[in-house]
Amino acid sequence: MHGTTTLLVELGGIILTLGLIGRFAGRFGLSPIPLYLLAGLAFGTGGLLPLSASGDFIAVGAEIGVILLLLLLGLEYSASELVTNLRTQYPSGLVDLLLNAPPGAAAALLLGWGPVGAVALAGVTWISSSGVIAKILTDLGRLGNREAPVILGVLVIEDLSMAVYLPLLTVLLAGLGLAGGSIALLIAVGTVSLVLLLAVRHGRHLSRAVSSDDPEMLLLVVLGLTLLIAGAAQELQVSAAVGAFLVGIALSGEVAEGARRLLTPLRDLFAAVFFVFFGLSTDPTAIPPVLLPAVLLAVATILTKIATGWYAARRAGIGSRGRLRAGGTLVARGEFSIVIAGLAASTEPRIVPLATAYVLILVIVGPLAARWTEPAVLTVRSSLRRSPRPRPRPPGGAERGASVPDGVVAPAAGG
Amino acid sequence: MATRRTSLPGVGTQFDITSESGHHLSLVVHQDGRRFLGFYSADDPDQWAASVSLTPEEAGGLARLLEPTPVEGLRTDGLDLVTEHIPVPARSPYSGRPLGDTRARTRTGASIVAVRRPSSVHPSPGPGFRLMIGDTLVVVGTRQGVDALAGIIEGSGDEPDGSGAGG
Repeated sequence: MHGTTTLLVELGGIILTLGLIGRFAGRFGLSPIPLYLLAGLAFGTGGLLPLSASGDFIAVGAEIGVILLLLLLGLEYSASELVTNLRTQYPSGLVDLLLNAPPGAAAALLLGWGPVGAVALAGVTWISSSGVIAKILTDLGRLGNREAPVILGVLVIEDLSMAVYLPLLTVLLAGLGLAGGSIALLIAVGTVSLVLLLAVRHGRHLSRAVSSDDPEMLLLVVLGLTLLIAGAAQELQVSAAVGAFLVGIALSGEVAEGARRLLTPLRDLFAAVFFVFFGLSTDPTAIPPVLLPAVLLAVATILTKIATGWYAARRAGIGSRGRLRAGGTLVARGEFSIVIAGLAASTEPRIVPLATAYVLILVIVGPLAARWTEPAVLTVRSSLRRSPRPRPRPPGGAERGASVPDGVVAPAAGG
Repeated sequence: MATRRTSLPGVGTQFDITSESGHHLSLVVHQDGRRFLGFYSADDPDQWAASVSLTPEEAGGLARLLEPTPVEGLRTDGLDLVTEHIPVPARSPYSGRPLGDTRARTRTGASIVAVRRPSSVHPSPGPGFRLMIGDTLVVVGTRQGVDALAGIIEGSGDEPDGSGAGG
């Protein structure tokens, strides 16, 4: 069959390219997400190598990629962790929303996209990337810093908020208006609360039912259950991603551990397909006109995220240097901004190039902001004061780079 | 030693340790199995001054090196002394009673240099130290003295036999 042959060749080409650029990214310590997006741009319409046969397959793969991204996110948290963080950190979560969503909404309204576009772009600028940030904390050797639990707490609340935000967005995109929207929102909030409650009380029963000693069976059961619930959630206008997220939260203990180990490679594959798909649906020629708004939006929301981190760390009683580190670390946006833009793409196609440019900027700037915000601000501040510091410090000396050796002990010479 | 446990959602768990000498260090157990051992400088308790990443195997090896084994390191320097671990069994007449009640040194000449519990080690226990079922006494003395002490703790050697001190 000629069609299948072309499909195989194209898919092989795409996945091989992703693997190669992923290796390239790893060598420079970059997140591969921006490179996947760029690969998608290159393969897409008007790109260097337009694809023909594999479009449908990639679209389905992207759908599965979003579901797996959210499922694994849910698996990382236990329900009790979510509830504890919500209790202790909700003011930070609220400040996070109030500072970071309005810039996106305002930009959308200025561009004349109307309220639905505003809600979607607000989500794009609001949600930080848990994946990129967890990696930043690990790579910079900051897991033991006092601001680390604060940063992760903010991320937990954002991820939990997505479970309410995504259904709302889905309803608005479906054009159900305000009345239908409120009802759907109530249903969504009710569902999320109910699942959290059930997960805290009875999560172990579900885990026991799903549990299996055979990894193959566990993989099939968890994946099947997740896709089924994601589909049902989509049918109820709650959005498939949220359904998957709730499955992840409801599973706990050893089952969650095992499922996470088994599904991570699968997630990596399909998430990469999703980013490529997003790039594919972006017309490269549409990006230059939106570069200026994207840069302005990026600058504004870098500052608002730094303020968010500052506030959250101050609530935890952390000194000013730790507050700056927390703010800088929260800057990175990534996979979830793309997920939100991907949902909105069908109704508001103009969001796609802007979100692409925005995420490309911030996924690259994010790690740099995490590393340099604190030393930069301290340097500026001390040069403004022009007062001799009690203890002179080399610029940037506040930070010892990540000392993460590869665990290889140099063999003793001779012997 | 004060230990504090902090959950790092989505990453793992952090254990903060403050030693008696006032030094802070922390261990982060990452979800991917790696362990990060980090040290704080005295003037900034908010951030790691240095950290080391360990694979699970390396962490296991380090743990084995850290585990205190006070007995194997003890040198008797040619004296005719032995060291033994004597468990306190459930039927021991001295479980729940202070160490002084055993009058061990007076009766046997052997010394109880430490008491090991599943959770902790108590070096040089005083006469007021209460023994518990499941304790292990680390005893130093002549062969004869140590055996006599074992008998006392077990509750089988209640009559004071020759205080065979001076090896």
